[in-house]
Amino acid sequence: MNMKITASALAIAALSATAASARDNVQIAGSSTVLPYATIAAEAFAENTDFAAPVVEGGGSSAGLKQFCSGVGENGIDIATASRPIKDIEVAECQKNGVTDIMEVRLGYDGIVFASSNTGGDFVLTPSDVFNALAAEVVVDGKVVANPHTSWKDVNAELPDQPILAFIPGTKHGTREVFEEKVLIQGCKDTAAHDALVAAKGEDEGEAACKAVRADGKSVDIDGDYTETLARLGSSPEGVGVFGLSFYEQNTDKLKVATMSGVTPSTESIASGEYPVSRPLFFYVKKQHVGTIPGLKEFAAFFVSDAVAGQGGPLATYGLVPDPKLADTQAAVEAETVMAAK
Amino acid sequence: MTDAVSAGPRRVGAQGATRKSLLVADARTRRRNAAETRFKAYGIVAIAIAMLALVFLLFTIVRDGSGAFRQTFIDVPVTIDAAIVDPKGNRDQKDMAGVLTMSYGSMLEKSLETWVAQNNVQIEGLGKADYASFYSSQARATLRDMVLENPEIIGTTINVPALASSRVDGMFKGRVTAESAEIDARTSLAQFRLAEAMEEKGALTTRFNWDFVTQPDASDNRAEAAGLGVAIIGSAYMMLIVLVLALPIGVAASIYLEEFAPKNRLTDIIEVNISNLAAVPSIVFGILGLAAFINFMGLPRSAPIVGGLVLTLMTLPTIIISTRAALKAVPPSIRDAALGVGASKMQTVFHHVLPLAMPGVLTGTIIGLAQALGETAPLLLIGMVAFVTAYPSAPPEGLFEPASALPVQVYNWTQRADSAFFERASGAIIVLLAFLFAMNLVAIILRRRFERRW
Repeated sequence: MNMKITASALAIAALSATAASARDNVQIAGSSTVLPYATIAAEAFAENTDFAAPVVEGGGSSAGLKQFCSGVGENGIDIATASRPIKDIEVAECQKNGVTDIMEVRLGYDGIVFASSNTGGDFVLTPSDVFNALAAEVVVDGKVVANPHTSWKDVNAELPDQPILAFIPGTKHGTREVFEEKVLIQGCKDTAAHDALVAAKGEDEGEAACKAVRADGKSVDIDGDYTETLARLGSSPEGVGVFGLSFYEQNTDKLKVATMSGVTPSTESIASGEYPVSRPLFFYVKKQHVGTIPGLKEFAAFFVSDAVAGQGGPLATYGLVPDPKLADTQAAVEAETVMAAK
Repeated sequence: MTDAVSAGPRRVGAQGATRKSLLVADARTRRRNAAETRFKAYGIVAIAIAMLALVFLLFTIVRDGSGAFRQTFIDVPVTIDAAIVDPKGNRDQKDMAGVLTMSYGSMLEKSLETWVAQNNVQIEGLGKADYASFYSSQARATLRDMVLENPEIIGTTINVPALASSRVDGMFKGRVTAESAEIDARTSLAQFRLAEAMEEKGALTTRFNWDFVTQPDASDNRAEAAGLGVAIIGSAYMMLIVLVLALPIGVAASIYLEEFAPKNRLTDIIEVNISNLAAVPSIVFGILGLAAFINFMGLPRSAPIVGGLVLTLMTLPTIIISTRAALKAVPPSIRDAALGVGASKMQTVFHHVLPLAMPGVLTGTIIGLAQALGETAPLLLIGMVAFVTAYPSAPPEGLFEPASALPVQVYNWTQRADSAFFERASGAIIVLLAFLFAMNLVAIILRRRFERRW
């Protein structure tokens, strides 16, 4: 039958093609925060060089690093992007699977902002306010009690009289860790709740209680991405959402940003370190693929070049906070410096 | 008897059904008729709800997505400045290629500034940033390609339509208004007024945009340039693989099971498992594809071949079930007659039964394909949800090169920050629906044309 001949011809062609074709494009996967930056860099790389266009996938920092560490060879990805530094346990996993030479590249910084619908009141927040509004247990009159606050006004008289409703990133997001560390735990310490909680529950439990958010529906975990948070704010305009700075800047026609400790988030205030809630963004290059995958090193260098990741470059236009020490990073990529073994 | 008749129809109900008049409905008949009327009403309500939902869905998609097929272009003459594109002045291709697209932006800004000065347009607060963000960054790339391909244009002023940025484009689609432009960090009221002035003077036109269907995806910075080209090719390749693999395998399996296999416990188990397979959630096939095709067989990620194989597995049960139903529907008399004149069993099947079952087989296959075309979940794990800007080459090599797919492109775009991508996602849904509609139409035509009744 004709159809059978076609089928077997295809199968043969398939086998011969696998044998013949070597991958000529860089493959990237990882953080959904870094994804837009990686796509912008990949697009610019493809149109400015003769190398094949890199393929970029999202999926999350942890998923990307897991794939990255699964082994060396053409079927694995070449670059993992991450919105947090690689963990020791992940490095160990990499080592076990033969991914021994990893280049860590910091491409810039990302701010995390609180924003509300621009129809509501103005928020002038501090980590303490956020902690008092969202923590599971707070200290009132020296006693540890379940969070009694229902309006932002209860927390701080200067805040608008709006019911507390916050949309925060779910636990699978890298953003959540930064939110816990730089806002909740900071606020916990600032309000002296930290000592009270540690005194009441012991060292470890007290630490954990600092970052435990209330579960009575006033703080909502968003497991999707920022578009979902934005949609939630659209349906409940009295809420406050946590966003990446770049996402907020794309949607300033719908959102109003909150100041944190008196500082308005912007690429400038984050670069200078004034705005407290920010984090570095990374990508990790499998050095063992440099040389076998064409354009891998060139792409890494292009990604952190001044024209791309520097001041006024396309990544900064999108909302990346350029790294003041970009030159060091560029030198490290040029020298193919690998991470020290742990 | 006579007493009963004289008692009149009023007492019929009480005395029994034998004495009712045909012209006057009794209580029970009325009840039955009422029940029927009620049932008809329920049916009509059910259909009305379904139709309303469909109309609502189509209406919102068309409302949100039709804008994606139109795009705003800037028709302002651009002077190619030799100092920018060829700083060494030697017209050497290699040196000129060293000038990155980012440097081309200033030429576009300058041309716009010149236009504003020449046309005597006065707008309060119009600044450098408004010029810079007026053009799409795709326009720089287009310009650079033109210069590298055709270095004679350096130093001359050329007239080439350039893409406007997604915010400027949004002003002509109702996405950006004067109020929203004022508070939007990505645009400004001055830019809004400039766009209005330019449109009035014919330097800004919104027209039908084939690029949306033919061009590859673009990054988050240039929503206005994103297209479906790679996704359509990727989906077409996958459908090709599904057709070439699933149709022969599915038909062979069902012919054997239906016509040749003995009826015993083993075939019963196989039969039940095929039905089970049809009900397996599609994400499971994605996990299987990742483990079997990528990790074990070493096929490349993001490639249509892997997507096609996964979707083949998913479509097989649908094809087998519908093929078996079509074979069963061929009357036994056909088989008996063929066998009676001395045909072998195989001749009977291939000369008589299969041709008669073909419309059913093809309908099942096309519906299976249409299902596979719209499937997203199994593609998530095998790397098809990727940002791919290069077209795959022609098959067979192209099957192993990275590509996207229509449904995952929709998924991809809905996650991006710029609201222009939402419009494009809805536009992509329109394209996807058009393909599904065409496929279902073909299925109906095939069935109508070749169906035989006995």
